[in-house]
Amino acid sequence: MKPTASPFTLSRNSFGRLVLSDAAGLAHAGIVPVRAFGITAPDYGISLMSADGKELQWLENLDVLPDDIRSLIVAELAQREFVPVIRRIASVSSYATPSTWQVDTDRGTTALILKSEEDIRRLRGTDNAGALLIADSQGIHFLIRDRLALDAHSQKILKRFL
Amino acid sequence: MTAPDTLPEAWQSELLASLAPDEQLIAWLELDLDDHLEFRPGLVTLSDRRLIATGANDTPREAWPLTAGLKLTHHDHAGVGTLELEDGQGRLALWRYTLGQSPAALRFEREFVRQRDSVASGQPPLPAVAAICPICQIQLQPDEEDCPNCIRELHTPPSTWTLLRIWRFAKPYQGQLIAGFLLTLAATAATLVPPYLTMPLMDDVLIPYQNGTPIDPDKVAWLLGGLLGSATLAWALNWARTYILALASERIGADLRTTTYEHLLKLSHEYFGGKRTGDLLARIGSETDRINVFLSLHLLDFATDVLMIVMTSVILFSINPWLALVTLTPLPIIAWMIHLVRDKLRTGFEQIDRVWAEVTNVLADTIPGVRVVKAFAQEAREAQRFREANKHNLEVNDRLNRIWSLFAPTVGLLTEVGILVVWAFGIWLVSKDQITVGVLIAFLAYISRFYTRLDSMSRIISVTQKAAAGAKRIFDILDHVSSVPEPANPVTLPPLKGGIAIDKVSFRYGNRAVLHGIDLAIAPGEMIGLVGHSGSGKSTLVNLICRFYDVTEGAIRVEGIDLRSIAIADYRRNIGLVLQEPFLFFGTIAENIAYGKPDATRAEIVAAARAAHAHEFILRQPHGYDSLVGERGQSLSGGERQRISIARALLIDPRILILDEATSAVDTETEFEIQSALNNLIRGRTTIAIAHRLSTLRRADRLVVMERGRIVEIGNHEALMASAGAYWRLYQAQTKQLDAPPVLGENSPSA
Ligand SMILES: Nc1ncnc2c1ncn2[C@@H]1O[C@H](COP(=O)(O)OP(=O)(O)OP(=O)(O)O)[C@@H](O)[C@H]1O
Ligand SMILES: [Mg+2]
Repeated sequence: MKPTASPFTLSRNSFGRLVLSDAAGLAHAGIVPVRAFGITAPDYGISLMSADGKELQWLENLDVLPDDIRSLIVAELAQREFVPVIRRIASVSSYATPSTWQVDTDRGTTALILKSEEDIRRLRGTDNAGALLIADSQGIHFLIRDRLALDAHSQKILKRFL
Repeated sequence: MTAPDTLPEAWQSELLASLAPDEQLIAWLELDLDDHLEFRPGLVTLSDRRLIATGANDTPREAWPLTAGLKLTHHDHAGVGTLELEDGQGRLALWRYTLGQSPAALRFEREFVRQRDSVASGQPPLPAVAAICPICQIQLQPDEEDCPNCIRELHTPPSTWTLLRIWRFAKPYQGQLIAGFLLTLAATAATLVPPYLTMPLMDDVLIPYQNGTPIDPDKVAWLLGGLLGSATLAWALNWARTYILALASERIGADLRTTTYEHLLKLSHEYFGGKRTGDLLARIGSETDRINVFLSLHLLDFATDVLMIVMTSVILFSINPWLALVTLTPLPIIAWMIHLVRDKLRTGFEQIDRVWAEVTNVLADTIPGVRVVKAFAQEAREAQRFREANKHNLEVNDRLNRIWSLFAPTVGLLTEVGILVVWAFGIWLVSKDQITVGVLIAFLAYISRFYTRLDSMSRIISVTQKAAAGAKRIFDILDHVSSVPEPANPVTLPPLKGGIAIDKVSFRYGNRAVLHGIDLAIAPGEMIGLVGHSGSGKSTLVNLICRFYDVTEGAIRVEGIDLRSIAIADYRRNIGLVLQEPFLFFGTIAENIAYGKPDATRAEIVAAARAAHAHEFILRQPHGYDSLVGERGQSLSGGERQRISIARALLIDPRILILDEATSAVDTETEFEIQSALNNLIRGRTTIAIAHRLSTLRRADRLVVMERGRIVEIGNHEALMASAGAYWRLYQAQTKQLDAPPVLGENSPSA
């Protein structure tokens, strides 16, 4: 799609916050971009919310935005999105919950505490039937893109919890 | 955390070298994320003059001298906490951590404020305040970093030792348990007599007969009598011990269940908010039952089996040590093999448990929501969902059954092989005249008995593990301390006049701040109207006044006494509460009205119902006050349910009446009637009423307007209208609607 002139401008202030100036020339500081379908369709629908939680701008698609605005939004999203993707399960402390898992993720190795098996959810609506979302005890969500694509060791461990 | 001598080793040398000679470390915060949100360790340190960051972000080390203008703020999103350092001009730095570090971050921030203020003012820092657990809101001891309860619940996987804690519940039944054990001993001994008698029956009766000696009827009668006698004795003893132990274990289970439930009821809203109903139901219902079955069946059987093996071994060795040795050697090997197969099966059984949960979950979702399912005509989809869950169940079962069907025949085969070995060695011994035929037959009779027990014995490991997991989940409830704790030495509450002093109260749900610095003094007998947008914190404030939660900061007092030092039930007896979502129990209307005062007379119930304008519609029900209102009051309309819950609150004649949207679901006319009835009752009673429909609050002495967790205006209707502020805007919005009611399907006429 061809970039079109946008009805608003976006900039970053010295406090590191995004500032949106709307068509009327009003400036809103502390803009938060939010993906509407963070996991199942990350590229569809991004909303720019004001600091007090009001939607200022709905963007169906980032592609139509001018480059500078888009890169600001993408950078801010990267700062807020934290869904480590599990690549390998190295070990688990026990097969009964609560259980501490040592995992390798795309963001480095870490440990997570699984409070109960219910915190592992099968994701529907994704392209992949083997996708799992694991909520750890602190509310961090770990993603397994396709559990059938994991190595045998990880799959064997995972199977005990499914 | 604040004591520098426990600074994490990895950082020590590096950091200490960079400090000035007289510079003192005050606090630090370990980071586990860098600013690209990758897992990487880092450290932020606070000394008495600087803030130093090491290794956290791409720069190796940075430091900022403490000045009055420096500000540290924290916030979190999706499990990631962020700490930002700012001065008046802009952001200086930003650090990330996962929420596990959040208590430490809060503490770090507090230390920072104390130190900065001290540097700015030249005064020594103020004393530290006690921290609060972010999960359960309990006050932590000054030296505690994390809430011991929440941490334990999170980190301890179930251990078999947990089962020993059940002793607390078994202790009252000590006598029965000991009697049961002695009976078990005797019963097991009695069952071992018959095989012993086969020996003389063979050697002294049958074999001599084959060799030509006639049978001695007296001897046979004796031996047969002995067989019958010991069998009868074993029967009686077994009956007695099973009965006694079943009685005791049932009682232990019941005590466990009621104690857990009693404790659960004392826990705060916070706890229930974070748990699923189904999970709690399962813990108190089926987990206690599982423990019960474990105690009365598995543990007992196992004990009996062990006793039998020990006694049998003693007997066998006393008859013939060599044959005994050969007979017993295969046992451990076979037991081990059975255990291996079982282990394979166990994961399968666990999986089946979970699949079952999936099947019931579908039911639990759909049945309460059946009106929505039908309204949107989704029966077919729900049926399909159930079918799929069942299909999954079948698949898992099929897989397991392949192994399972092999299991019993395998045990049979192993048993036969074991017996074969005994036969072979026995025949050899007989041929060498080492033993008689009778001894061999007795050995075979003994051994075949406990081969059949091996299978059930091998099961003990997995059932113990399961019972231990259940015990852990129960003790998790029992060990949980309420976040609204009963005071250790409760102050006796004088008769309340009804005044409430809310003093600089702030409150957060977990990490989310909802109320900020609320200050409000409510006079005895005053009616306060609480208004504000949805989500502004009205219900939350009421929750605090009822002490469903404890304030995060500040205090609420009645008669000058902090709520936290009054016994909870004593205090709540003075409060009549009508909730936003009226809840009715399964039972009659009269029972529901009298819920807070079960000994109320019929006249009192009727009077309360009249006051709440419920009397007439109740009389229209088929059995009047004795009509049953189904689960959750389904047979009543929303407004009828509300009126019953108003009557319930009025019946206990409370000093403080709290109405949270109590009349939102009744029409304006009925509301007006309830209002006028309430007016008599409200007189002399402190009332806090929340309403979106502002006309409801016309009679309030003072209106308190809330916005995003703060009080923005206080005053009566006229004064607030005159000042043309937040209340005026709310009022305008509502009256405009009244003047020109929007008509569905028609646009308002444009000029
Ligand atoms: N248990 C909870 N955990 C976390 N946040 C909560 C909880 N209960 C309420 N909140 C949040 O606290 C804020 C205030 O809620 P509250 O129920 O006090 O609002 P209210 O003023 O009563 O709104 P309404 O008029 O819609 O009833 C809301 O933003 C809500 O999302
Ligand atoms: Mg509310």
